[in-house]
Amino acid sequence: MHILEVQNLCKEFGSAKVLKGIDFNQEEGQVVSIIGSSGSGKTTLLRCITGLETADSGKITVGGHVTFDAAEKKKPSKAERRENQLCTGLVFQSFNLFPQYTVRKNVTLAKELLVREECKAKKRSRQETKAALAEIDESAEKIIASVGLSDKLENYPCELSGGQQQRVAIARALILSPKILCFDEPTSALDPEITGEVLAVIRKLAGEGRTMLIVTHEMGFAREVSNEVIFMHDGVIAERGTPVQVFDDPQNARLREFLSATLRA
Amino acid sequence: MTFTQVTTDLLNGFYENLLIFFVTLLGAIPFGLIITFGSMSRFKPVKWLVKTFIWIIRGTPLMLQLFAVLYVPGLVFGIPMQSRMTAALIAFIINYAAYFSEIFRGGIESIPKGQYEAGQVLGMTKTQVFFKVVLLQVIKRIVPPMGNEIITLVKDTSLARVIAIAELIMAAERYAGRGYIWPLFYTGAFFLIFNGLLSLLFHFIEKKLDYYKG
Ligand SMILES: Nc1ncnc2c1ncn2[C@@H]1O[C@H](COP(=O)(O)OP(=O)(O)OP(=O)(O)O)[C@@H](O)[C@H]1O
Ligand SMILES: [Mg+2]
Repeated sequence: MHILEVQNLCKEFGSAKVLKGIDFNQEEGQVVSIIGSSGSGKTTLLRCITGLETADSGKITVGGHVTFDAAEKKKPSKAERRENQLCTGLVFQSFNLFPQYTVRKNVTLAKELLVREECKAKKRSRQETKAALAEIDESAEKIIASVGLSDKLENYPCELSGGQQQRVAIARALILSPKILCFDEPTSALDPEITGEVLAVIRKLAGEGRTMLIVTHEMGFAREVSNEVIFMHDGVIAERGTPVQVFDDPQNARLREFLSATLRA
Repeated sequence: MTFTQVTTDLLNGFYENLLIFFVTLLGAIPFGLIITFGSMSRFKPVKWLVKTFIWIIRGTPLMLQLFAVLYVPGLVFGIPMQSRMTAALIAFIINYAAYFSEIFRGGIESIPKGQYEAGQVLGMTKTQVFFKVVLLQVIKRIVPPMGNEIITLVKDTSLARVIAIAELIMAAERYAGRGYIWPLFYTGAFFLIFNGLLSLLFHFIEKKLDYYKG
């Protein structure tokens, strides 16, 4: 079974057709990279998959669970929407950490709110709730350690470098254990010399078998970490294949142009 | 006529200013929030109506609004205002709510879209995003402009004398009518001291919220 199925996804902004029928599947534990020139619709695709944007037509299935279906007229309930939301995680180009909270709180906040609600709904005792919250704290510490920021637990985002902030953002997404973790150019806002620390974290996650969907301009990284590479052009998937196929033996003329342009840069 | 006597008289007047000040704050903050949500409403008629309201309130003198609230209910609807103080409080609350609402709106709109989106992709509800993510950031941003506005309010309370409320400056004017000018200038001390305390308070709040940047 595919962990992600995207079927005939279309999206327009006004009269601009940005996605013109995207179809692809992703297998569990695989890393898929999306490359393509600026304006080809990569971010829009990721935003549709993660629920930040509503596609005009098409269907998205995550782990057998339909998270979006344009043909479905009934609006999802609040609980359903949240369930759909939690199927995917997203790491933004610009981190978007919560500035008023420490690293620890940035990572625990969403999970805490979730667990508090659950405990309330199930009428758990105060002690049980406390234990559940302590558990979150513990797992947050583990996850923060895994991105190499144990010494920054009580620091605020403004006290961190860009690379460190992005690693916190990854930890924040991981604690909710999404079925697919999406990245939108996770290193584009970083100075070249610190992209490495973020890429190292993603590489490690790939090694652990995380399912990830990564929009990136780092061709070397995409080649090394991906099981599959998707090349988008003008709102469609113009080519897809293994890194070797896409980078060494590109069939599509646009892809060839794109690759030679990025190599020259 | 002793200094103590003048001070007591002026303090009695200043009590009216303080009354207007505190009641206006208490009323204008929640009312201002309602106006803010109205002015940001996606339902166009509501938004348009609220924007017109803000335009009128901010575009006309508070003095005129005081007269309007005092006289219009009696002249137009046949329900005269029960007391001048009620009229003053209503006028001040409406006026300051309009100003506050614009500060609130500016604060809310200054929060980057990414903060809401980050909350959403983490599965938070809209309410949670507002209260847990956005609110404190908004408060941090509006403390300085609210401080300015609130200090202006302290001084504006003196306008209530145009509808014959015996506030601080009116109390001093009575002395001036009898040839004693100095109590008029003495009133400045009352404003200065009270606003000084408020400035300290706002400075303290700003410092409290200074633990993070952004
Ligand atoms: N909210 C929006 N409203 C209108 N147009 C939009 C919106 N979001 C994106 N677009 C347009 O859709 C097109 C695709 O944008 P998108 O951000 O998906 O491209 P991208 O492939 O991520 O590009 P980049 O590599 O520059 O990030 C662009 O032409 C953009 O101007
Ligand atoms: Mg993009």
